[in-house]
Amino acid sequence: MSNHVAVTVRVNGVDREIEVDPRATLTETLRDRLGLTGTKKGCDRGECGACTVLVNGRRVLSCMTLAVTAHGAEVTTVEGLSSGGELHPVQRAFLENDAFQCGFCTPGQVMSAVACIAEGHATSDDEIREWMSGNICRCAAYPQIVASVAKAAAELGGAAR
Amino acid sequence: MNTAVSTMEFLRPATLAEALETKAAHPEAVPLAGGTDLMVELNFDRRRPPALLDLTRITELAEWSEVDGHIRIGATVPYARIITELGSRLPGLAMAARTVGSPQIRNRGTLGGNLGSASPAGDGHPPLLAGHATVELASVRGSRRVPVDAFFLGPKRSVVEPDELVVAVRVPPATGPQQFAKVGPRNAMVIAVCAFALALHPENGTVGTGIGSAGPTPLRARDAEEFLAAELDWAGGRPLPEGVAERFGELVAAAARPIDDVRGTAAYRGHALAVLARRTLTWAWRDHTGRGSCG
Repeated sequence: MSNHVAVTVRVNGVDREIEVDPRATLTETLRDRLGLTGTKKGCDRGECGACTVLVNGRRVLSCMTLAVTAHGAEVTTVEGLSSGGELHPVQRAFLENDAFQCGFCTPGQVMSAVACIAEGHATSDDEIREWMSGNICRCAAYPQIVASVAKAAAELGGAAR
Repeated sequence: MNTAVSTMEFLRPATLAEALETKAAHPEAVPLAGGTDLMVELNFDRRRPPALLDLTRITELAEWSEVDGHIRIGATVPYARIITELGSRLPGLAMAARTVGSPQIRNRGTLGGNLGSASPAGDGHPPLLAGHATVELASVRGSRRVPVDAFFLGPKRSVVEPDELVVAVRVPPATGPQQFAKVGPRNAMVIAVCAFALALHPENGTVGTGIGSAGPTPLRARDAEEFLAAELDWAGGRPLPEGVAERFGELVAAAARPIDDVRGTAAYRGHALAVLARRTLTWAWRDHTGRGSCG
């Protein structure tokens, strides 16, 4: 049963060539084939946001994305945010604000927040709540998450628009 | 799960012509656009299609344009782009698009996928009904256009033939106020309990409606449309006469054919639709009279 498909995908700045089962999701491929377990598999049905990654700069749910459809794309996961040992401002804000309890949703929250700020959708707490609505936190760290996104947005210049 | 013994063929056409040939040769292949419906079925093994037809590489389907005075939206244009690029000309559709899933889902989900799935709960359908949209279908046999109110046949069933693909939707730009409202447990990530779209067409004094999640298919409320069109003071812009919004709501609720299910009861859906119809009419008429004749 080998109808695997060759896929070339740039993950966190590195070109990866892999053969994938056409049914494999991007979540599973990142975690099980590429060892990038930062991306979490939560509901596997597009409802929780834990698997959020950036594909060509836009936030998408990797559980709703077949790995084959990422052929030729640029994927950024939570592992790709820091540079030179320095945390991304969003990661730092989450740490400083205690914006998590169990931490399972955090990589998805962080990736979604990075995109939310880049989209210009972090100009007020209300706007942040609306545009972070695709990421659920079972521990209900929402006030701290909103505060973290606002803080990072201010730092990144995404709050002034 | 994904380790099932059967295999699935993955077809990746690069052009629309190639996609149509592929669909003709593999009528059992399931088209894949944003994947936001289909992936749930695959991940939970509710469906094992022998083949997927990936439409995401076809640039012709991923663009919108203006054709014969209509906005022609390619089947794989995601909701996020409908909101940012077409919000002023197709406000009702953009409002509905804003309620789809979450930001992540809206970056991927498409109107073509909504139509292809033909769920009675698809958020895109009510504004297409209210806005008198036309669905463009194509196959190797040629293409055809189907008014959206003749597109749906039943729950998840449409007029699309096995060798056909939904390639675009044509919607006339708004000539008057449009509104959309839906009921659900929260603002994000819900399948609508019921939804309602309203479009006023002052240029010819007609009204468009669309009901979602309250029948075997998305529906128009034709009696409500005719009633309201005759009652509105299109030219003078006088306030809504006493009782008109209430009667409009009743007629909209009467047009629905809801069932009891996990999301709500039929009785609640009828009640909520009447409320949504009154509310959207009040907003739309205020909008219309507030700016005089619309353009």
